[in-house]
Amino acid sequence: MDKHKKKRLEIILEAPALHRLTHVLDSAGASGYTVFPALGGRGKNGQWSREGLVGGAGQMVMVVCITDPSRAETILAEIMGLLRRQIGIVSMSEVEVVRGERF
Amino acid sequence: MLPIDLAVANLVSPMVLFFALGFAAALARSDLSVPEAIAKGMALYLMLAIGFKGGVEVNKGGLNLGILAVAGAGIFLSAAIPLIGFALLRLTTRLPAIDAAAIAAHYGSISIVTFVAGTEAVKLAGWGFEGHMIAIAAIMETPAIIVALLLARRYGGASGGEPIGALLREIGLNGSIVMLVGSFLIGAITGPKGMAMIEPFIGAPFRGILCLFLLDMGLVAGRGLREGGKLLSLPVIAFGLYMPLVSASLAALTATALPLSQGGTTLLITLAASASYIAVPAAMRLALPEARPAIYLTLSLAITFPFNLTLGLPLYMLMAARISGGG
Repeated sequence: MDKHKKKRLEIILEAPALHRLTHVLDSAGASGYTVFPALGGRGKNGQWSREGLVGGAGQMVMVVCITDPSRAETILAEIMGLLRRQIGIVSMSEVEVVRGERF
Repeated sequence: MLPIDLAVANLVSPMVLFFALGFAAALARSDLSVPEAIAKGMALYLMLAIGFKGGVEVNKGGLNLGILAVAGAGIFLSAAIPLIGFALLRLTTRLPAIDAAAIAAHYGSISIVTFVAGTEAVKLAGWGFEGHMIAIAAIMETPAIIVALLLARRYGGASGGEPIGALLREIGLNGSIVMLVGSFLIGAITGPKGMAMIEPFIGAPFRGILCLFLLDMGLVAGRGLREGGKLLSLPVIAFGLYMPLVSASLAALTATALPLSQGGTTLLITLAASASYIAVPAAMRLALPEARPAIYLTLSLAITFPFNLTLGLPLYMLMAARISGGG
């Protein structure tokens, strides 16, 4: 089966800023992304959990975006412009996908 | 009712005891938890019920010019309290101006759950209150945020971030505000007939659901204190305890000139004394991302909310009784 090399951007971000991030991804030319709720974890300020929370502050989400390497650096720069001031983690890795034309 | 009776009646109400249960369970690291979706569903239910009931009361009694005076007072309190809070924080703590401004926004804005607990305490004492206090609660949510942002820009060098207009739109369209104001309007339009139709849903189950919701708030507050408490210095913790009293005193002074019942005065004082932990923290993450949520969220939720729920409410009732000549 043919496989195509792509970049996978993984952004763990505080929930209130999610709409800003998806707006950046939309305008930076990402062909798509998926948002996951994060259940809990531990960071610089100790443990956190989304259980029982009513407001968005204190909750984290994860956004996965697979994109063509030609666009990855541009998207990453746009994301960092936003995330420099927010709580979050950004990573980029190489992946292989089977339907390359979709990204 | 004597002050001590008010305090005891409040402390041994199921609502406060369920909050204490959640708080203690979280501190003891119990695995007791309320799923996020259920917590959000209960919050929506409480907004619907309290908004609708307030609207029905307005439908029965009609609106008068008095509400404009109370609304003006609400806006004044919401704008003035952050200025006082910011000054006190800068004088008594070593917090950077950005953190102080973010905390000030929380204390100027309101906690709708504290307000709901206040309405229950008022009812428990057999006092009535004006239905339009629901609208006042919604009005008091935003002025504090604008004042705090101006403080952060003036003293903390905060720049960029969300434009104030866009931020106000987001806060105004915050789910809990839309639910509260929307239900209030529906209650005001449909009146007692509408109430008769949905009373079995929003009447009898209300207190039970409030207990479960407060159990969850206790769990979240206890967890917040366990994790974030070590970040709070003693002067900051002290602020979380005395600032509600400062705000309450200002509100009590303001209320002397307002056409409000004893119950209504209690609720205005409660609104002023309460600190937001739903709408404002989310707004601060967008407007002042450099401010540390572990400080403002822990202070508001784990220090001020329990204080208001247990000792604050009877005190505010006592203040209202004195103003109204009933105490």
